[in-house]
Amino acid sequence: MTGRDLLPIAAFAAVAATLPLFVTAGTWLNFAVFTLIICLAAQGWNILGGYGGQYSFGHAAFFGTAAYATAILQVRYGVNPYPAFAVGVAAAGVVGWVIGLLSFRSGLRGSYFALVTLAFAEVFRVLANASEWTGGAAGILIRLDVRPENFQFASRATFYWVALALVVAALVVTRALERSRLGAQLVAVRENENAARALGVDALGVKLAAIALSAMITGAAGALYAQYFLYLDANIAYGTWISVEALLAPIIGGAGTVFGPVFGGIVLHSLSEFTKTLVGRIPGLDLVIFGVLLILVVRFPPREIPGLLKLWRRR
Amino acid sequence: MRSFPPEIVGEAVLNGLLTGAVYGLVALGLTLVYGVLHIINFAHGALLTMAMYAAFVAWQAFGLDPYVAILPLVPLFFALGYGLQRFVIGPASRGEDSNILLVTLGLSIVIENVMLAIFRSDTLSVQVPYAMEVLELGPMLLSFPRVVGFGVAFVVALVLFVLLTMTDTGRAIRAVAKERTGAALVGIDVKHVYAVTFGIGAACLAVAACLLLPFFYVNPRVGNAFVLVAFTIVVLGGMGSVPGALLGGLFIGVVESLSGLYLGDSLGQIGIFLIFILVLLFRPTGLFGAKA
Repeated sequence: MTGRDLLPIAAFAAVAATLPLFVTAGTWLNFAVFTLIICLAAQGWNILGGYGGQYSFGHAAFFGTAAYATAILQVRYGVNPYPAFAVGVAAAGVVGWVIGLLSFRSGLRGSYFALVTLAFAEVFRVLANASEWTGGAAGILIRLDVRPENFQFASRATFYWVALALVVAALVVTRALERSRLGAQLVAVRENENAARALGVDALGVKLAAIALSAMITGAAGALYAQYFLYLDANIAYGTWISVEALLAPIIGGAGTVFGPVFGGIVLHSLSEFTKTLVGRIPGLDLVIFGVLLILVVRFPPREIPGLLKLWRRR
Repeated sequence: MRSFPPEIVGEAVLNGLLTGAVYGLVALGLTLVYGVLHIINFAHGALLTMAMYAAFVAWQAFGLDPYVAILPLVPLFFALGYGLQRFVIGPASRGEDSNILLVTLGLSIVIENVMLAIFRSDTLSVQVPYAMEVLELGPMLLSFPRVVGFGVAFVVALVLFVLLTMTDTGRAIRAVAKERTGAALVGIDVKHVYAVTFGIGAACLAVAACLLLPFFYVNPRVGNAFVLVAFTIVVLGGMGSVPGALLGGLFIGVVESLSGLYLGDSLGQIGIFLIFILVLLFRPTGLFGAKA
């Protein structure tokens, strides 16, 4: 990785960081933070789905695990939020690795991998909904205690910068992966697993590394969600909504590209806000648009791999 | 684990079998589409939701009994399924597994949220006079709508079997399922057969929806609950197998009913997911049988 690789990321970070200087309305900052959280979750999906070609329909399993771990460690065991955040991210990584080990060792790919990840996320959802430890159906509430050392900030702008820092970190990680040996092997596995193995690539190991990294990044989004909204229940943390959001943004923005998930996430959520102001709040309308976009992007791929970003990156 | 008197357990098993037949019907459409087109249709659950809303509207706006609504809804959903495959899924997928996955996911998102936009997230149900009626079988009580569902599900399976084995359309469908290129060479319009198969799958859902409505509720997400169940059944019964779908449905119905009895309602759903994961993980050869 050279300085030139990091230049676009630095430029993005610099521009995005100035946003709270222009936008001060609480609702807009709220929207921006939420969009960044989705972008982060999508960046995680992009590692496994975009670069590795393994389409997960259950990234909620990682999002929710980190979110619950962060919340439960604070609420039940009085752990400081920063280490709780780290443990949450690590827990998501472990869950990802285990799910990956079980599914990839059984040779599941394509639709079957999608189905089994979906089922894992549902199992977690049912368990979290039924267990006392996770607060059951009533959910779990993190106590409001606004202090920086408690990972709670008086100003939304501060939180925005924290979320942005994580998104930028994920951009750098993705860029580094792209330039690394592991990244090259991952793309090789995506393009032709048998050929990659014939050349001596440890396909299982590569996919396991990818799913663990992917789960940790999406997990960071989940932990951040918990810390920002201070409330979780099973349908938020392990709901299909986040699995779908994490997948839509990279597919629409450009799967297997560094900026694809962020671009897709911003496009989708701006579009959803725009329609809300245009036609009022009709529940589900934004998702109808997302679904239509998804079908169109697959139907008319701007250069075979889906993604709007590819329109401008034609070489 | 709690213990129950045998008649309670027996009743749970029987009610599970009854519901399981309707599950089997839902799975029938899925397995048929898989067997012929070799695609996993993620929009199956959303189409079921849509069919249930259609049956609900038929009841609310036109006063049609859900069982009578089967007659108009079956051709309607056949046409819908035909159109979706012919004009949306087929052209968009270009034969790629991952594309089909994404297109049918996109379809399910669109359908589910159009239903949400129209009907909002309220849970609706129909009031029919026979909803609470029960049939006595010795010491056990069986819900009347479930018994009807059971019977009709088997009739539909029989009709489907006759259609597949004794008609020209059925022969064409089976030919395409076995050998697509060969079927095309002898003059079968493969795209048409794909669309017909998809249409039949959707028609099965229309029947299932009408059978479910008298004893179930409908909301925009109701299909999701069924879709994983249906996938589990299809995987259990063998991808593409019609009798497998029915037997798998009965089995899953019983599992669900018993795990609900022993684990309680909130934890009860987990039995199905666990079976699903275990089958996927440990019997992958059975899964890929149709492909390899």
